[in-house]
Order: sequence, then structure tokens, then C-alpha cells
Amino acid sequence: MKVRVLVTLKNGVLDPQGRAIHHALEGLGFSGVNDVRAGRVIELDVADTTSDEQLDDMCRKLLANMVIENYRIEKAG
Amino acid sequence: MAFTSAVITFPGSNCDRDMAVAIEQVCGGTVHRVWHGDADLPEGLDFIALPGGFSYGDYLRSGAMAARSPVMQAVVRAAERGVPVLGVCNGFQVLTEAGLLPGALMRNAGIRFVCRDVQLTVENNQSLFTAGYDAGQQITIPVAHHDGNYFADEATLDRIEGQGRVAFRYASPVNGSARNIAGVLNDRGNVLGMMPHPERMIEAAQGGTDGRALFESVVRGLVAA
Repeated sequence: MKVRVLVTLKNGVLDPQGRAIHHALEGLGFSGVNDVRAGRVIELDVADTTSDEQLDDMCRKLLANMVIENYRIEKAG
Repeated sequence: MAFTSAVITFPGSNCDRDMAVAIEQVCGGTVHRVWHGDADLPEGLDFIALPGGFSYGDYLRSGAMAARSPVMQAVVRAAERGVPVLGVCNGFQVLTEAGLLPGALMRNAGIRFVCRDVQLTVENNQSLFTAGYDAGQQITIPVAHHDGNYFADEATLDRIEGQGRVAFRYASPVNGSARNIAGVLNDRGNVLGMMPHPERMIEAAQGGTDGRALFESVVRGLVAA
């Protein structure tokens, strides 16, 4: 089973990388970009028997740092 | 009683030797060098240090992989028994990732790697690690990091401030850290994480000796205990 985990910074957590990307986009002449937040995509190939609970556990214990990040799990249909 | 300590080396640690030399020179005794894959620590440790560097190439997040390495399980158990643990720079990142200290260390607010001497204020001189300093003393210690921007939610910040767990504060902003926090203690006071490198200010040839008192404090604290 292919699983995609999207890790993003929580709202309110300053994102210096997103800000730098935003800056660079403006430097390239792209206008109308209101905000940029950078995150991380982690693709997993796991046994079909893997439970949602186990996936949650993986995210909480390693893939995301719950102090600063949120995660979302997407299963390939 | 001979002082017995351990410096942990992860793949990508690069301040482990400096740390070992600082402990040897200031604390004396035996400094064990422990590899990240070791499941056990030497017996009877008085002090454990997690050095700076870029463990596991900072993969995933700084300190994230190291925090899950076999030796860290042993370090967490030792910390829970009350063994003093110091984490410097990447070591601080590892301690937060391992859950031994609150908060997280994010990319510097200014994006750039910061490598220079900074002024610190000793906020709490009642701890095992800081008793050799005066309260409010200004000291000079170098920083060298990309991810030193300390973050915790407001409630956590209020709590650690209220409990006197901010050991050091930057005298002026360095990396965007919340409330200019440079070093944090755990609630029991036996774990300290800090971004600045006290092991790089041990002898005059390094430009100053303001780091010595930290290591001296640990030795004195143990003798007194």
C-alpha cells in the first residue's frame, strides 16, 4: 500500500524557509503571492495490513515533530 | 572518587572531541567515548554529554534520527535516574527530539548559518550546570548553527520561565529564538540543552574561558551531592 504523509508547520509557527521562497518568487517577478509555507512529503510503501493507528504512530513518533508540525496521511486510491 | 563521564558520538557529530577534551581538562577523570549504536552506557557515569555536529546529516529534522538511536534509549533512562546530561548545539536538538526537553529548534529566523561569539546572560545560577556563574552574569560563548531558533508555545514558555528553567538567554537576538532563550533545563534540573558551545571557551588560546565554569559546576555539584 502506498501512503503519502504530508508534514506541514502548524499555523502560527514562523516559517523562515517559506518566507525566503516567497521572497525569491517576488524576485522572479511573480506578483500576487500572498504567503508561502514549506513542508515535507514522505512516501511510504507499507504492508496492506498496516492499520491507520500504526500509521498515526509512525507520524507521531518520528515523521512529524508534534511541537511544531501537523501531518496528514493520504492513501493512494 | 574519579569523575566518570561519557561523550556520545553519532555519525556526523563533529564537536565530540572538543567536548571530550574540555571535560578531561576541566573535570578530569575518565571520559568514555560512546558510539551511537551502543545499546548500553558504561557503568557509574557521573555525566553524559551530547556534542554538536550534524548527526545523520540532519536528515528529516536536526537531531531527529539521533534521538531514536539505540544509545539514546540508554541516555533517556540515565537522565530519568538523575544522571546529569548536557546537550550542546546538535546535542540540544537531540534532547528536544528525544522528549527530554520541551520545545523544538527550528531554522534560524534569518535563514543564514550563524557562526560567531555571542553574549549570554546567566538567567539561573542555581542549577547543577550554572552554579559557578553569578546570577545575571554576562558571558561570551560562540554559536555555530543553522537550526537554533528555539520554539515552544506560549504556555510552555511561561511555565519554563516561571520554574527558572531558562539557564541562558542571548543578550541580543541571534537566531529568532523565543524570548531569546539560549539554554533550557528539564524540570528536575539534571538535563541542560544549549545552542552555544561552552566547550569552545575553555582556555585562553580559544579566545576566552567563560565555558569552564559550566563544567566546574557539574563537578562541584556532584561532590556536594
